[in-house]
Amino acid sequence: MDERGNHIVGTKTYVFVWTALLCLTGLTILAAQMKMGKWSMVANIAIASAKASLVLWFFMHLRQEKRLFKLMIFVPLITISIMIGLTFFDIWYR
Amino acid sequence: MTETAHTEQRDYIGAKLGMWFFLFTEVLLFGGMFLVYSVYREVYTADFHEAGMEMNVVIGAVNTVILLTSSLTMALSISAIKKGAHKISVLLQAATVLLGIAFLVNKYFEWSDHIRHGFYPDSPQLLAMSHGKILFFGLYYVMTGIHALHVLIGVSIITFILVLTLRGTVTSNDYIKLENAGLFWHLVDVIWIYLFPLFYLIL
Repeated sequence: MDERGNHIVGTKTYVFVWTALLCLTGLTILAAQMKMGKWSMVANIAIASAKASLVLWFFMHLRQEKRLFKLMIFVPLITISIMIGLTFFDIWYR
Repeated sequence: MTETAHTEQRDYIGAKLGMWFFLFTEVLLFGGMFLVYSVYREVYTADFHEAGMEMNVVIGAVNTVILLTSSLTMALSISAIKKGAHKISVLLQAATVLLGIAFLVNKYFEWSDHIRHGFYPDSPQLLAMSHGKILFFGLYYVMTGIHALHVLIGVSIITFILVLTLRGTVTSNDYIKLENAGLFWHLVDVIWIYLFPLFYLIL
């Protein structure tokens, strides 16, 4: 592997990831129809995050990137988590 | 490193780093809207559920499959160019563009349907509804609208890269433009992955 991260990912891997993404899409629709109240949303967000992770890790090549790239993506994720988390403290305990 | 024959300076890591930084600003742009959505959903839970019933799950699911598939073709086109298979790469890029357009065509039919039913910003029917429902449709139009704008921009960028690939500017030696376009396209896909359950699956 040279400095461009010139690693060719096989077609099989990509098709496998794509199949997994389609299965998770089916699962999320199923989870929404089970009428689990609040838990439906929790399940849907968890499945969406699993799908997003697959896209980031395989399609966006984070798997082959340097550690800097792998760690960097936590900066916006943590920022948003703090923003949403603190706002909810305000809403729940006002 | 391997190309000593080239005198041209290329910084692939720097180019990718810059692209990722840009993507972070995009994540924060949508993050702000997700924050507003989550707050109003918490405050107007019942209204959001009722308004969510107006959404067409089938169109949402079809568009999800379309975007996921377009991400596959995009990723495969990069693999193809790395292998030197230019023709296959061009075909896969064209497939990505067509899938992106299919997504927008679906969106057109979906929005026309909402407008026919009287659900559009400031419509008399919507203004007569409860506060939460007005907010739901407002957020729906803004968030999926800005997302659709990103799809349109993505389609334009990939078309541009496709022309560069045909002209031989993007090659198996120099494919960073295609790779960065791919990163943008996948991010648009990731955002849709969250928009789909938040708007279509609150039953």
